[in-house]
Amino acid sequence: MDPLEALVAQIQGLSSTPGDIARLHIILKQADDSLRAESTRLSPVLGQLAPSEHSLGFLYVLDAFTSGQISKQQAETSVPIITGFINACNAEQIRLAPEKFVLVCKRLKDQVMMLEAPIRGAGPLLTAARKLQLSTEHLTPLHSDFLMLCVLAKCYKTGLSILEDDIFEVDQPRDLFLYCYYGGMICIGLKRFQKALDLLHNVVTAPMSTLNAIAVEAYKKYILVSLIHHGQLSTSLPKYASSVAQRSLKNFCQPYIELASSYGTEKIAELEAYVQTNTEKFENDNNLGLVKQVVLSMYKRNIQRLTQTYLTLSLQDIANTVQLNSPKEAEMHVLQMIQDGEIYATINQRDGMVRFLEDPEQYKTCEMIENIDSSIQRIMALSRKLSAMDEQISCDQLYLSKVGRERQRYDFDDFDVPTKFNI
Amino acid sequence: MDADDESSNPMIDEIYANGGSAEGGGGEKRSRRLIISGDQFDIEAYASLYSGRTKIARLLFIADHCGGDNSAMQLEALRMAFDEIKKGENTQLFREVVNKIGGRLGPDYTMDVAWCEAVDRRAEQKKEKLDNELNAYRTNLIKESIRMGYNDFGDFYYAHGQLGEAFKSYVRTRDYCTTSKHIIHMCMSAILVSIEMGQFTHVASYVSKAEQTHEALDQITAAKLRCAAGLANLVSKKYKLAARKFLETAPELGSHYNEVIAPQDVATYGGLCALATFDRTELKASTLTMIMLLNDDCEISFVFLILILYLQAKVIDNINFRNFLELVPEVRELINDFYSSHYASCLEYLANLKANLLLDIHLHDHVETLYDQIRHKALIQYTLPFVSVDLQMMASAFKTTITGLEKELVALITDNQIQARVDSHNKILYARHADQRNATFQRVLETGRVFDRDVRSMLLRTNLIKYDYNARSLSRKL
Repeated sequence: MDPLEALVAQIQGLSSTPGDIARLHIILKQADDSLRAESTRLSPVLGQLAPSEHSLGFLYVLDAFTSGQISKQQAETSVPIITGFINACNAEQIRLAPEKFVLVCKRLKDQVMMLEAPIRGAGPLLTAARKLQLSTEHLTPLHSDFLMLCVLAKCYKTGLSILEDDIFEVDQPRDLFLYCYYGGMICIGLKRFQKALDLLHNVVTAPMSTLNAIAVEAYKKYILVSLIHHGQLSTSLPKYASSVAQRSLKNFCQPYIELASSYGTEKIAELEAYVQTNTEKFENDNNLGLVKQVVLSMYKRNIQRLTQTYLTLSLQDIANTVQLNSPKEAEMHVLQMIQDGEIYATINQRDGMVRFLEDPEQYKTCEMIENIDSSIQRIMALSRKLSAMDEQISCDQLYLSKVGRERQRYDFDDFDVPTKFNI
Repeated sequence: MDADDESSNPMIDEIYANGGSAEGGGGEKRSRRLIISGDQFDIEAYASLYSGRTKIARLLFIADHCGGDNSAMQLEALRMAFDEIKKGENTQLFREVVNKIGGRLGPDYTMDVAWCEAVDRRAEQKKEKLDNELNAYRTNLIKESIRMGYNDFGDFYYAHGQLGEAFKSYVRTRDYCTTSKHIIHMCMSAILVSIEMGQFTHVASYVSKAEQTHEALDQITAAKLRCAAGLANLVSKKYKLAARKFLETAPELGSHYNEVIAPQDVATYGGLCALATFDRTELKASTLTMIMLLNDDCEISFVFLILILYLQAKVIDNINFRNFLELVPEVRELINDFYSSHYASCLEYLANLKANLLLDIHLHDHVETLYDQIRHKALIQYTLPFVSVDLQMMASAFKTTITGLEKELVALITDNQIQARVDSHNKILYARHADQRNATFQRVLETGRVFDRDVRSMLLRTNLIKYDYNARSLSRKL
């Protein structure tokens, strides 16, 4: 019998129980090379297999089918097949061969990029990532690809759904860097600057032995978002950042650091002049939009400072203090800030006066109490996790051996370190 | 305290419009004060307060700083300096003064070459003699004589204006000092020379050295040391410490320290620094208690006095400082006005005194800073008791324009010295007390968020490191 047909029969037959699937897996691994050789004949085979029941087999066949160069027309046909497979496949079966699955998904990403329709890949990759994850805390390589497609397709909200999960387990550091970087960009797009700051901070302070380009780009954006959100930039990275980053990161981001120091002088004219002279550099890094937002944020910050000292102020005075050109401009800025919820004020157009109000939040509503309660629960869970991790490390063999050798010896017995802990 | 209540009502009216009523209805009040406005500076009187080198230095300073159009004062100062120098033996200073006079005072006040040469010759001879004596003493190893020898050298150099050498000579006596009297003498000489040289760090260290001697110091020496310490603090801009030192000076000082400082200076420096840096309770404790006695309403002040006697322990110091303040009635009035919230007249006194204070050699650099601080304190103190303040009235109380006042207030608010907000439309200042409850909620939520974020990043980093470590140990095992 044709080996291919035999294989198909086996797939169909052995896909029901876990024991069978294990055997099938071994068979498939052995048949992998021969499948690749026959890649041209594989499309009818795919028709014979059902993705939901024969997921593992389908995966192997699909992998062999999509290996090798694919032209645009071929991509047109294969994208729906892969998409259909991802939507229909069985999570446990594909977890047996995660690398293959990741490979297939990456090919999907390449193909939708070739077809210049990234949005077609976003949905399927989200499903794929969710299915591949062992838990919501687990980061797969698919996460970063999915986020990249979201950024390219500008569908930020779908990206946000996956960013809400906390990540604790990582397979590859590079995945994490890309995930945080793209995640940061998505948050910036949605104007959730605090979350963007957290994500970018993770990239910049992650342990790394050599500097990589992702960290450099992330640091540039980090500087800009820090200026927009906090109005200042802390000049040194925290102690837990890697020594490589602390030493060399600044050298690659010189124009941004100067922008930050220019921002610190609180002179708008200087800031704008600086941006003008360096427009090209910012544009090359695709950060010009962010830089413009930085300049805008300086006006906002100045207006916010006024709310601390004045109760009512005329629009003319606001324009003078904040160095805007006319009261009309001042009014527009104030209006925009009120709409964004950045200040609380009322504008009296007849007198040309703005009246600043206090934050109406009284912390008495049910929503606020629920908010506080959920925060408390969240932090308690986090504390438990922390203690669990602490216990785990205390029992770890490597740790004990290292500590055992270097600990204080007070008692006669302390000098005997159990041999099995010596490595 | 019934007497107190009766007088408090008119006081409230005064506070509201303290500029206005002082002008119009406060006629009788004004007549009580003997106002000696300090505008025409009397050089002779000023110079008579001092002696020795500081007199010359001060006169020269006045000559340099009294302004181009006041050449009469300048010439007067230079003339007096010339006379003083001629009495001494400092040819260097003599040449300086002659240059400055430039022949403007007639033939009596020109370069007297003969005198210079005579003085220099005498100096040479004296120096030789002292040198020989010192060598003799040194070979004989008599401690006391060596000490006297070095002292004489110090005095000699000081008289001739070689301050650096004088300082070194005085300091050399330290090894030969046997009693604490000797040490004190050395310290006092060193302090004198350091002050003339302008090296106030030395002053501070020698003051502490002198105060550490085992024997109790007599009153006058202690007072001198306090003055020196106060001066050192003033120059290094530590106004609060300077004020404390000056306030602790005993009145027995009198004119014993005229080669450095006059008792009027103690009052002025101490008063101004105290006004600029002390808060209300400290000000009351240290300077005002006895000032009350000087008012006519004795009963009130008597009652106050009893109360304060029970409450505060610095009575002795108060008496002391009162004696000094009597010498400069303007400063006394100034402090009184500040405390009773008559800011306009207080600031007026200050403005009057300013011109003269700028001619003072030690206070010159600090007048602006001290004045700014006093003005800020006045503004803050004015707004403190009110919930809302009409800027119009406040501007008239401080004799300034509304826009100017608004600018000053905004600066103080931004600096967090005043807790208030300005209603620019109606020109009213509203006191604003931070809502503690809301602030606490915000802080709590923020802390929770920060903790959440930090712990999550930490766990993530731990995992990354673990991964890294595993990868490396795997590769090692392989």
